[in-house]
Amino acid sequence: MNALKRKDLFRLALVAAAALIPAVPAVAGNTFFMHVLILILLYACMSQAWNIIGGYGGQVSFGHSVFFGIGAYGAGMAVVTYGMSPWPGVIAGMVAAAVVAVLISYPCFKVLSGHYFAIATFAIVEIFNRMFLVWYWVGGALGLDYPVIEEGLKNMMWYDTKTGYYYCALGLFVLVFGIVRFLEGHRFGYYLRAVRAGQETAESLGVNSTIVKLAAMALSAALAALCGSFFVQYNLRVDPAMVMSLDMSIKFVLVTILGGAGTLAGPLLGAAVLIPLQEYTRALWGGLGGGVDLIVFGLLIIIIVIKQPAGITGIARDIAKLAGRRPAEAKGGASRGTA
Amino acid sequence: MDTLLQVLLNGILNGMLYALVALGLCLIWGVMDVINFAHGEYVMVAMYVSYWLGFLANVDPLISTLAGGALIFILGALTYKLIIHYTVGKPPLSALLATFGLAMLLKNLCLNRFTPNFRILSDTWLGDRTFQLGGLIVPLPQLVTAVLALLVIGLVFYMIRSTRFGWAVQATAMDREAAELMGINTERIYILIFGIGGATVGIAGGIMPTSLAVHPEVGTMFGLIAFICVAMGGFGSIPGTLMAAILVGVVEALSGYYIAPVFKYVAVFGLYLAVVFLRPKGIFGW
Repeated sequence: MNALKRKDLFRLALVAAAALIPAVPAVAGNTFFMHVLILILLYACMSQAWNIIGGYGGQVSFGHSVFFGIGAYGAGMAVVTYGMSPWPGVIAGMVAAAVVAVLISYPCFKVLSGHYFAIATFAIVEIFNRMFLVWYWVGGALGLDYPVIEEGLKNMMWYDTKTGYYYCALGLFVLVFGIVRFLEGHRFGYYLRAVRAGQETAESLGVNSTIVKLAAMALSAALAALCGSFFVQYNLRVDPAMVMSLDMSIKFVLVTILGGAGTLAGPLLGAAVLIPLQEYTRALWGGLGGGVDLIVFGLLIIIIVIKQPAGITGIARDIAKLAGRRPAEAKGGASRGTA
Repeated sequence: MDTLLQVLLNGILNGMLYALVALGLCLIWGVMDVINFAHGEYVMVAMYVSYWLGFLANVDPLISTLAGGALIFILGALTYKLIIHYTVGKPPLSALLATFGLAMLLKNLCLNRFTPNFRILSDTWLGDRTFQLGGLIVPLPQLVTAVLALLVIGLVFYMIRSTRFGWAVQATAMDREAAELMGINTERIYILIFGIGGATVGIAGGIMPTSLAVHPEVGTMFGLIAFICVAMGGFGSIPGTLMAAILVGVVEALSGYYIAPVFKYVAVFGLYLAVVFLRPKGIFGW
C-alpha cells in the first residue's frame, strides 16, 4: 500500500517537475544559474550511469572516467580531427566505451572483489591517462581545441546562450533516467540486484552473474561515454587530465553515494546538493588565489559522509520515518550493508 | 651491463622508499580494512614540515624526519578520532570517500598557504653526494633513505610480530569483538595503528626533501603507488608490501630508462593488473 502511495507521489512530483523544468530558461536570465542547472543534470546522468553497475550491481568501479573520457574524445575527434558533426563520434564513443568496459571488466569480475577491484580500476584510469597523454592521434597532452563552427543541434554547440545546452542536458537526463527506471522494473534489474545481494545465491537460482554484470557494465560505460560527449561539447575542449583522472572518477562515486546508491532518485539528489556546493564555493572563493573553494568542498564532503552515510535519500527516509510513515523500501543501496 | 645494474640499483633504492610510504597504508588496511585516501597527502604534509624546518631553522631533513613522524602520528590519530571513527561499521566506501575529502582539504590548504611552487632544499648534509662502488654510482640520499626505510619496516614488523601490543593488534585485526571480549581496548589499538601508520609515512616524507622538490601535488602519486604496493603485496602483509614495493621500483626504473619516462607508470600499473589477475589476493595474500 505504502509502496504504491510513495510511487504515485513520486510520479506526481515527476510530472510536475517535467512540466516546470522546460520553462526554466524563459525565466532564468542569470547564465551562471543556468550553468549550475546544466551541470546538475549532467552529473546526475553521470552518476546514474555509474549507479547501474555501482549501485544496483554493487560493483564499485573507480574507472568510469575512462569511459567518460572515451565518449568525450569520440565527440571531440569527430569535430576537431575529422571536421564533421559530433553525432557519429558520440555513437562511436559509446560503442568503444562499452567494448573497452567489457574487455577490462571480464578479468576483473572473474578474479577480483572489494578493495582489490577498486584499486584495479584506479590502475586502469592511470594507464589510460598516460596512454592518451602520449597518443598523438588523439591530441596528446595538448588535447583538442574546438574550432568555431555553426551552432545548433547538428553540431551540438551553442555560443550566445546556454538554452540549447540546457535542453540537451534535459534530453540526456530523460534518456538516462528513463533507461534506469525501465531497468528497475525489468527482469534484468532484478537479476542485477540479486547478484549484488548474493552472487552465489543468485547463481544457484540460475542467474548467470558474469553475463549480468558484464551487460550492466557495458550499458553503464556507454551512458557514461554519452555524458562525456555532452561534457566536451559544453566545454569545447578536451585533454586527458580534464576527463580521464581519478578526481573525475571519484565524482561519479561521490555524487551517487551521497545521494544514495542503488536508488533511482539518489544520483539526482546527490548532484542537486553537491554540484551547487561545488560551483558556488568556486564562484565565491575560487578567485581568491588558490584552493579556498576546494578546502571548503573537502570539508563538506567529510561532514556529509560522516553524518549521513546512507546518502541524502537516507535523510529523506528519516524524515518520512519522523512523519510516522514506514519507509516503503527498507533496504536501500549497495552502500549500506544489509548484514 | 653497467647501465642495467645502475638502473636496477636506482629502482631498488626507490622501491625501499615506496615500501616505507606503503607501510602505514598496509598497517591501516590490514588491521581495519580501511583505505585511507589521504595517505599521499600525509607524505606531502611531512615534506612541507621538513622543508620549512630546513628553510627557516636550518634543520637537516635527516633530523626533521623525526618531527615529520611525530606530526603525522598526531595527524593520523586525529584522522581516526575525527573521521574514521564515525565510519566504522558503516559501508566500507564511506571511509574512503571521507578521506578523499580530507585529501582534498589538505592538498588545497597547502596550495593556499604555500603556493603551488616547487620548493627545493639546498645545502643538506646528504645533498647530491654520491660515491663509486665498482662501476656503479651510489646516490647517498637514496641509500640513506633506503637504510632508514628498512630500519623502520623491520622495527614495525618486529613490533607487530613479537610484542604484546603487536599480538593485541593481530587479534583486533582478526576479530574486533572477540578481541574486545579478551580485554583488548580496540579503540585504542585503532588510534595507535592510525598514529603509527601516519608516523611511518611522516618519516618517509620527512627525509624526502633531501632529494625531491616539495609541492602540493607531490603526494598524490606516492599515495597511488602505495595502494598498488599494498594490494600487490597482499592484504596487510608487511613482507609482501616490501617485496611489491621493490618490484614496483625496479619496473619503474627499467621501463623509464628502456622504454620512455612517460610509460613508467603505465608499466607499474600494468604490472599490478598482471599480478592481481594471476594472484587475486596479491603475492603474499591468500
